[in-house]
Amino acid sequence: MIDNHILAPVFIHLFTAIIQLIAWRKTVSQRFLSVGGTFIGLLIAIRLFAKVYTEGSLHMNASNWEAPFGIVFVADLLSSTMVLLTSIAGFAVSIFSSVGLSRQRMLYGYFPIFHFLLMGLNGAFLTGDIFNLYVWFEVVIISSFVLMTLGGRKAQLEGAVKYMAMNILASTFFLTGIGILYGITGSLNMADLAIKIRNFDNKALVGITSIFFILGFGIKSAVFPLYYWLPSSYHTPPSAVAATFGGLLTKLGIYAILRVFSLIFIPDDFTRTLFMVLAVLTVITGAFGALIKTNIRRMFSYLIVCHIGFMLGGIAMFTKLALMGTVFYLIHDIMVKTNMFLIAGFIRMVSGTMDMQKLGGLYKNYPLISLMIALVLFSLVGIPPLSGFWPKIYLFQEAFVDKQYFFIAALIIGSLVTMYVIAKMWADVFWKDVPEGVAIEDKYKDLPLFKKLLLVVPILLLCSVTLYIGFNAENIIIVVDRITNELLDTSPYIRNVLGDKAFEQ
Amino acid sequence: MRSIILQTATRYLLPILLLFSFFLLLRGHYYPGGGFVGGLVASIAFVLHSFANGTEATMKILKRKPLSLIPVGLGISAVSVVLPTFFGLPPMTGLWWEEKVPVIGMIGSALFFDLGVYLVVIGVVLTILFTISLTKD
Repeated sequence: MIDNHILAPVFIHLFTAIIQLIAWRKTVSQRFLSVGGTFIGLLIAIRLFAKVYTEGSLHMNASNWEAPFGIVFVADLLSSTMVLLTSIAGFAVSIFSSVGLSRQRMLYGYFPIFHFLLMGLNGAFLTGDIFNLYVWFEVVIISSFVLMTLGGRKAQLEGAVKYMAMNILASTFFLTGIGILYGITGSLNMADLAIKIRNFDNKALVGITSIFFILGFGIKSAVFPLYYWLPSSYHTPPSAVAATFGGLLTKLGIYAILRVFSLIFIPDDFTRTLFMVLAVLTVITGAFGALIKTNIRRMFSYLIVCHIGFMLGGIAMFTKLALMGTVFYLIHDIMVKTNMFLIAGFIRMVSGTMDMQKLGGLYKNYPLISLMIALVLFSLVGIPPLSGFWPKIYLFQEAFVDKQYFFIAALIIGSLVTMYVIAKMWADVFWKDVPEGVAIEDKYKDLPLFKKLLLVVPILLLCSVTLYIGFNAENIIIVVDRITNELLDTSPYIRNVLGDKAFEQ
Repeated sequence: MRSIILQTATRYLLPILLLFSFFLLLRGHYYPGGGFVGGLVASIAFVLHSFANGTEATMKILKRKPLSLIPVGLGISAVSVVLPTFFGLPPMTGLWWEEKVPVIGMIGSALFFDLGVYLVVIGVVLTILFTISLTKD
């Protein structure tokens, strides 16, 4: 069904960014604009999700050029869910950064770039054209590169160079893959590609092409052995920036894998084995990395890598239950990981450091906030009935049915290590007294109440969404179930984009 | 180093190059050209002026910071992209004025998109070059 307004989540951030550029260096009005813009964006995303949920997939032919010739934008349930999650995370980060970020960074255009980043993410989720997907990836990368270097400290620049180098490499692989695809099929529209690749005889060539996409998306979503740029760069920018990155950027890679490998390349035995090996190694290496880190944000970065492996393992099995696990984990992960980095920012605000050995006594000083943070941490670990628990059940069950014993072992190790490091962090940061000889600089205590609220409310907002996902899992499962059906049977997607004539060849 | 030849030549070249850039902008819809190339040519005109007379002199004839052109250009482009949705058409559809305008020809929303790109390119190129040339070491 055609709906000309599905790009509204993209345009709202574009216009917010433009107005903020006009208000260059007026940081107070930029903050109001940002919070207002992300709030309207959230409302639009809710409307889009509700419409897709009740009426089915929507699409729009940009410039009124019919698919497969023009660029088409598609909002199916997976895309609109991702847009909704991005908008919730964006709203929370926007509120948090209005206080949690130094004025110096705002003067150099933090907020406009942040909105360009959200625009790129929403565009990438909504596009139905593979080259256009690449363009949105570039928008995201350029914005994130600017966000990462804002401030210009040496450590930041070092992290940014690693980040940029790896991501340019990823884009090159991705673009090469697109080039070969266009060469063998003459089309860039994903729905059209799906049909043409299915009817294409030289399966070996298709397999080789898919390797380019695995490499490209693998680097972006931080899969073993291509993940090392992530832990060496995500701890350098301010926490509000790291929250957007940690919550959303790697998940964009997972979304792209889900989309491309369900629609265009249907995973064969080789691809599935490859995914499975990568998933197991990603979980294990990520978990071991998290074990040895004492800086909170470095530890979280390794946990991101570890949990990417869970999602990739679900894609590797490519059965209904496994994909349900992946999609559910994706929903849970975006909310929790964004919140984790906001919490890291909060801890830094309260004690001036993120080194666990120098931290302590948070529970004594802020018992209520600590309890809220504990709920988030428990969700991450997956203690029933919180949100991390449900997807793992699906993954476990399907791994037993599919006899993927290495993946089961990885799941157990990954979950155990996550629990161990989170317990260690809880004991170190919250329960332990402040170590002797360490001076705590509590910037939070002296803030006026309104600013305190601006720091705590986003954490509370994401925490309540996480709790909703956990306690009302049956509602989420209904959505996840429908998303999985869309992923496994793509003919409604293709029919939505190309019309009934698509299958008549 | 100031060269009298370059200064005199620039005095005549600046308007001609600006005119040429505008010509490229207008013909861009059906022929080679367009906002991006036009913007580059226009910014080269200013860069040439700054070579001949110094960056401060160029800043003086521009009156405003080139940075302020970026949001204006982006705004014009973005509005021309969104405008068709108010007529029930998908974004970016070309809307055309029915009558021909003398000299320019057909006017449509694509021209305003190009105009926005033109301004953004001038803004970006001049901001980058002025920042580099004004940085004191």
